[in-house]
Amino acid sequence: MSVVVRIPTPLRKLTGNQGEVREEGGTVREILDGLESHYPGIRERLTDEAGELRRFINIYLNEEDIRFAEGLDTKVKAGDEVSIIPAIAGGAR
Amino acid sequence: MGEAEEILLPPVVLREILDHCRSLRPEEACGLVASDASGRPVAVIPVTNSLHSPVRYQMETREQFAAMKRIRKEGWSLFAIFHSHPLSDPIPSPADIRQAFYPEAYMIIVGLEKEPAVVRGYVVRDGQFFERPLRTEPVPPSGSATP
Repeated sequence: MSVVVRIPTPLRKLTGNQGEVREEGGTVREILDGLESHYPGIRERLTDEAGELRRFINIYLNEEDIRFAEGLDTKVKAGDEVSIIPAIAGGAR
Repeated sequence: MGEAEEILLPPVVLREILDHCRSLRPEEACGLVASDASGRPVAVIPVTNSLHSPVRYQMETREQFAAMKRIRKEGWSLFAIFHSHPLSDPIPSPADIRQAFYPEAYMIIVGLEKEPAVVRGYVVRDGQFFERPLRTEPVPPSGSATP
């Protein structure tokens, strides 16, 4: 199933400057597998050694944060939109 | 984004940033500034600091997502990310630099430790920050006629 994946600016170095790519897969995890096979190095920017989503990375499936669904096992269907959104955070200390 | 450019803000944009940051003091406030196709800042989009802390912020993720989607739908670009330091100088902290994931956007910090507030702008890239002069656009003269 083909979905659109929105790539944030800091990761576009890995996707040949594309802000939007198409990937196949039945779950978000499979979509990330597809991304890694086409754009090596991208997965380690998104997931940690245990394969879980990094703390400052949010992934939205259409309008929903996958953390509030089934995480990386959230199912996707044709025509869905997956957005990778690095958190915005910081502060004086 | 060049290396020596200044950050030019319309006065209304600067005022909205300041009003939002002052309204949430002593908590850190945060938000996005969007620019139009010509690169001129046109909108300030406040986002909730989900940490409600005087020394840390994290944008509420749903609001951040909605704000970024709005920017895309309007055909705008992300111009700057702003936040306040209510208790210290407006200089990027190690946390600000470590968590700067949007190198294309200016970092604007509002220092509210004293009044008047001090607002500074930076480029943050590859773990380093570079200050950029921040100026407001001159207000057009209201006319040369004298009463």
